[in-house]
Amino acid sequence: MRLAARGLRFLILAAFAAFFVVPVAWLILAPTKSDEALVTGDPLAFGGFDRLVLAWQHLDAFSDHLYRLWIGNSLLYAVSATAIVLVTGIPAGYGLAFGRFPGRRLVLSLTLVVMIMPAAALVLPIFLELNSVHLIGNALSVILPFAFYPFGVYLAYIYYATAVPRELLDAARIDGCGEWSTFRHVALPLAKPVVALVLFFSFVADWNNFFLPYTVLADSKQYPIQVGLSDLLSSTPSFNPAVGGGGQQVNIFRPELALATLLAVVPVAVVFLLSQRALVRGLVGGGVKE
Amino acid sequence: MRSTSTAEADAPAVGAGAPAARRRGGHTWPGLAFVGPYLPFLVAFGVLPMLYALWLAFTDDAGGWAGFRNFTRTIGDYRFLPAFGHVLLYTGVWLGSLVVLVVGLTLLLHGRANRVSSAFRFLFYIPGALAGASSVLVWLFMLDPTVSPGSFLVRNVFGSHLFVESIAPGKLPFIFAMIAFWTGAGGWIVIMYGALNTIPQELEDAARIDGAGPVTIALRIKLPLIRKWIAYMVILSFATGTQLFVEPQLVNQASLGLVPDTWSANQLAFQLAFRYADFNAAAAVSVDLLAIGLIAAALIVTRTGLFRTDD
Repeated sequence: MRLAARGLRFLILAAFAAFFVVPVAWLILAPTKSDEALVTGDPLAFGGFDRLVLAWQHLDAFSDHLYRLWIGNSLLYAVSATAIVLVTGIPAGYGLAFGRFPGRRLVLSLTLVVMIMPAAALVLPIFLELNSVHLIGNALSVILPFAFYPFGVYLAYIYYATAVPRELLDAARIDGCGEWSTFRHVALPLAKPVVALVLFFSFVADWNNFFLPYTVLADSKQYPIQVGLSDLLSSTPSFNPAVGGGGQQVNIFRPELALATLLAVVPVAVVFLLSQRALVRGLVGGGVKE
Repeated sequence: MRSTSTAEADAPAVGAGAPAARRRGGHTWPGLAFVGPYLPFLVAFGVLPMLYALWLAFTDDAGGWAGFRNFTRTIGDYRFLPAFGHVLLYTGVWLGSLVVLVVGLTLLLHGRANRVSSAFRFLFYIPGALAGASSVLVWLFMLDPTVSPGSFLVRNVFGSHLFVESIAPGKLPFIFAMIAFWTGAGGWIVIMYGALNTIPQELEDAARIDGAGPVTIALRIKLPLIRKWIAYMVILSFATGTQLFVEPQLVNQASLGLVPDTWSANQLAFQLAFRYADFNAAAAVSVDLLAIGLIAAALIVTRTGLFRTDD
């Protein structure tokens, strides 16, 4: 009876694992096959590296290396926004945790509310605002809103408020550190794990954002990769038979589309691996040894 | 409400740190300089957009006061109720599956050997890397019976023999719920599992000695202790679900217009702004959606006790 229960439990978990993993496995294998083989062959068989190279050549040739440009745009938007997030957010979390000034609780509450609110709710209001100051179509109209990342501030705040004892900072002050050098030489080095966390979450959120750039950018040469994928989707006959002959001309079929989707995920995976140690360690560990 | 003086006393001034800094550095308000660079961003992309949307929603295109006219006008739009109906049905299906399956899977995982459990958690988490447009593209492939590795299921469970049948309007709320579950459930399982791990082992042992089986322990002890995380997941997902945009937008592009480009509420707001340049109407729909987001956020902050705003 107990054995049966354990077997059933394993079966349920395995079935869900298949649901989560099989689509990813299919996506990794699809670019190694021809469009025809995708329809006729075993969906989870490996094709060949030559097909993979061919799929990349087709994808790269699309609209004069447009795909590379999209990846480059995404990197530009996500990296510069994340840099601003780190430079403004970590000190802000520190200031909110240890500071004492009027409006501190207001800033904290606003940060918290905007952080919990779904980001999509603010996209059209931000568009309307940027539209009124004629920033639409400018790279800044993506970077600046991305650079506001309340979750990063909140993470830094919680870290400083719970894991870094005030006595440590007081000790630095007694040793003659000013406000800035206390932060620079004591508080900032302690925040390494939280910097990695903020870096990861901010980069991924920016990289995966579709709605904001879709709304504020007009020229396909400015698109980040997520919006580019939707452009690619409308130029392939696989889901859009109306494209028909157009698909033949641009050579974008299912293997190319799958490769485009797969490559769009690579930077997120890389950043995940780089910050994994910090992510696993999470927010445990602080400035004082127990 | 606390009075200012008690707030002062509660403020994190331990020892002589803050006053000393004030004397030495000449700062009247220690900490403010560190928060300073962040404030313009908070104002420009957090507070101002909301106020501007509110202003637009209550004025007409000449800038005159419009009262609730933009709201009544958009509610009367023939696309408004269907859009909110779609979004609510989708959110309902998604929430139901999240609560039942995430909690169920977490409880199943928590009883297992650590290594097996962490392998499963990792597998469940993988699709988290494919958010937004990528996840939708993957599922467009998965739902195409000609190429899907699960074509057997697509044909027999979804009853579609052609791709267009898979994305028939009646099925969309369920399909979007499945996509959202696929990308997000793993992350929630990791969070719930972490919350379960904070339950002291002695509590479980005590229950076991009292004769409780694994099911009783799961339902009577573990479940109540992660209740606030479940509440958080439900409220947050409700607010996020109502904002649906990417999924229907991409499916619209892949369906030859079979799926309208005003399928969700945010799409309707988007079309009002872009196709009709009716910013006041777009702002009114945005304010409806903002209100949902704000109420949800306020509920989470005040009711679940998961986030701290004081020291």
